[in-house]
Amino acid sequence: MSEPKKISTMDRVNVGLAARYRKERRFRLFGLSAIVASLMFLVLLLGSIVAKGYTAFRQTEILLDIHFDPAVLDVNNLATANYAALVRDAVLALFPEVDSRQDKRLLAKLASTGAAYTVQAMVLAKPELIGSTRAIWVLADDEVDMFVKGHIPRDVPEAERRVNDQQVVWIDQLIASSRLEQKFNTTFFEAGDSREPELAGIRGAAMGSMFTLIVTLLLSFPIGVAAAVYLEEFAPKNRWTDLIEVNINNLAAIPSIVFGLLGLAVFLNFMNLPRSASLVGGLVLTLMTLPTIIIASRASLKSVPPSIREAALGVGASKMQTISHHILPLAMPGMMTGAIIGMARALGETAPLLMIGMVAFIVDVPHGFNDPATVLPVQIYLWADSPERAFVERTSAAIMVLLLLLLTMNAAAVFLRNKFERRW
Amino acid sequence: MPPLLLIILVLILSSLAYWQGRRRAFAMVRQPAAAKMHSRPGYYGMLTGLWCALPALLIVAIWQLAADPLLTQMAMRGVAAAKGSLSPDQLNLLVNDMRNLVGGGMVAREVDPLLQAAADQYIGLQRISNIALAVVTLTTALVAAYLVLARIRPALRARNHVERAIEIILTLCSTFAVFITIGIVLSVLFESIRFFQQVPFFDFLFGLKWSPQMAMRADQVGSSGSFGAVPVLMGTFLISGIAMAIAVPFGLMSAIYLSEYAGPKFRAIVKPLLEILAGVPTVVYGFFAALVVAPFIRDLGTMAGLSVSSESALAAGLVMGIMIIPFVSSLSDDVINAVPQAMRDGSYGLGATKSETIKLVILPAALPGIVGSILLAVSRAIGETMIVVMAAGLAANLTLNPLQAVTTVTVQIVTLLVGDQEFDSPKTLAAFALGMLLFVVTLILNVIALYVVRKYREEYE
Repeated sequence: MSEPKKISTMDRVNVGLAARYRKERRFRLFGLSAIVASLMFLVLLLGSIVAKGYTAFRQTEILLDIHFDPAVLDVNNLATANYAALVRDAVLALFPEVDSRQDKRLLAKLASTGAAYTVQAMVLAKPELIGSTRAIWVLADDEVDMFVKGHIPRDVPEAERRVNDQQVVWIDQLIASSRLEQKFNTTFFEAGDSREPELAGIRGAAMGSMFTLIVTLLLSFPIGVAAAVYLEEFAPKNRWTDLIEVNINNLAAIPSIVFGLLGLAVFLNFMNLPRSASLVGGLVLTLMTLPTIIIASRASLKSVPPSIREAALGVGASKMQTISHHILPLAMPGMMTGAIIGMARALGETAPLLMIGMVAFIVDVPHGFNDPATVLPVQIYLWADSPERAFVERTSAAIMVLLLLLLTMNAAAVFLRNKFERRW
Repeated sequence: MPPLLLIILVLILSSLAYWQGRRRAFAMVRQPAAAKMHSRPGYYGMLTGLWCALPALLIVAIWQLAADPLLTQMAMRGVAAAKGSLSPDQLNLLVNDMRNLVGGGMVAREVDPLLQAAADQYIGLQRISNIALAVVTLTTALVAAYLVLARIRPALRARNHVERAIEIILTLCSTFAVFITIGIVLSVLFESIRFFQQVPFFDFLFGLKWSPQMAMRADQVGSSGSFGAVPVLMGTFLISGIAMAIAVPFGLMSAIYLSEYAGPKFRAIVKPLLEILAGVPTVVYGFFAALVVAPFIRDLGTMAGLSVSSESALAAGLVMGIMIIPFVSSLSDDVINAVPQAMRDGSYGLGATKSETIKLVILPAALPGIVGSILLAVSRAIGETMIVVMAAGLAANLTLNPLQAVTTVTVQIVTLLVGDQEFDSPKTLAAFALGMLLFVVTLILNVIALYVVRKYREEYE
């Protein structure tokens, strides 16, 4: 009878050790791959937008010899003259051999309808041009633009292309004679919205965003800081202040669209403020960013050590003096960081603004707080809905501008924090 | 005078009053045999400035709120009398027309001379009202400032008064948040009650068919709207479910890796990068979902022989999940970091590997906090709007198939409320009922989550 082999604890551990280490490595790999996957999503997101959008910063233009025909332009009707006819004649003059009606129509479509406005603006600025002939770069039609940029491939059948074979021949000839070139797209930064992609720009939306953010900042920062100071420095610990606190934390987590409903019901229907105005947009975003700013400001006030309060009180300062002379200046960088982050969130917000009518199609660039306006994210939403191929690249380009703005704001916040933050 | 200009004017007056009060206090000290001033001169200035600005601004605010309804009523009196008895709806219509006339906008039908007269009267009254407001406000500001100036003497406890006033202002600002909540509740509640007067509450909550389009004429196809919220809610939960299925594993594993395995350098680089994902506006995600992810999934499905809708729930849910990853990861990261080191050390001391420690010690200890952060993420997913507006469908299908198009609460709110609205049709009011539902659900989720997270944090501190 042999003695049963005694198994020590160490042996048992050693048996399972390899498997446990494998598990350990696997687990670790899971963690790492989760992070890598998330970052891949980020790269994919940004990459696809840049890939779709970078071409929008250049725009195809055509060099036309516009004859400022005195027969069309009369000094008395400069505002209403038929400028489109001048452009049409100039385009047709590029290819004198075209004579069928249908081909002429196709040919005339190469130039944008906006070309007439360019010519009109020139004549209105310099009436003495009438009678002369000038070579002018005018915008090409968006389909031509898409074709030149390669978004409409040549090898698809003609029936599935928005640019037909005849037009392709013309475009190639124009490129060969360097009458058709891609230039920097100034329209994109100078114009308001338009139904024609080549005439659409983000100026209106950017101005709307600016007015909206000004209202938001002017209201939410003072109120937010004041509320934070009260809650952190004065508030007694009782049910009422508890309620306020729970309230603020809750508001920060409520879907933004609910704030839009509030804005619609209160500001538009009850107070009869103008629809689509940046003033109302700013008010709604104020309600939305206020909790963020209050929470950030409170954290910043909390980080100021109590010894500073005690020292100030000790030399005879009143409570208000302690706060305004010592605590607030020390907490200010943190509060400003919070405010910038809140503003960045407000800048990217879309849903509540849809509720208060900022989705209207607005061509004019707004000049004040009561003008109908739209904002950058809403403009992106509107363009994303447009069927024209050219709007895809413009949407992406607008997104790039928006992301750049957000990045700048966040970088400013990080810079502020790193420069002024004090560890006690 | 536009109100903005008036406010700026009052503020200028107020700063002038500040300097005047301060100067007066200085002058008092310089007098021979002057008594010692109670406060520093600046406080006398501030007191004057505050009294100059606050009552005047209060008047502007009240006037702005009260003037418009009053003026409208006065202007419409003639019209109402001429038309005889009008239902409130008809009156509202007329009031709107009048407003459009005043604004120089379009009016749907031919302009009634009576209405035109009312509009002209309104403009006239408005001019009078604005002038009166300017006069009253500026007089109040000047008189108040003068009264304070006259009362400045050494015994006046200016600092105490000023500090008391500031404290009251601070208190008011802090209650603002409560007013926002009350405002939200009241605004959605009122419209919802009006909705439930037309559509029974239980039909809304348990109805299986959602088609809010109301026909103009009774003989049109689909003339009666039906407001059963179940398909909409199902769609919301389907998309949120897909989003959470992406966000929870990825977010949680990232958080575990970042807090337990990663070195400080790796953390310092990766954490801000993940936060970029959180800072991207939702409209950008929506664009990405609609233009990149949805076609990709559709092509993938076609290759596999499945019929995938181009607005599939999967695309919207997937992108929403990506958006929520950093949300879950940063909240869980905080929670995991809050687990005391002693618990880890104890587990290592017993010979556990790192992953065993995480799975058997840290995660159970952090579980309530993690659940809280997941609940917050769910409430975020339910309330997310732009991604679903751009990438999910409009038709309310009662299905759990992620390859089909479904609609969500937020999509319906947006489609019902964007564009022209008539505020007496159940179609528009339904949006507010959905909004109330959304508010209540997210509120409950938030309250539970915040309570759990807070209670848990306190336990280890």
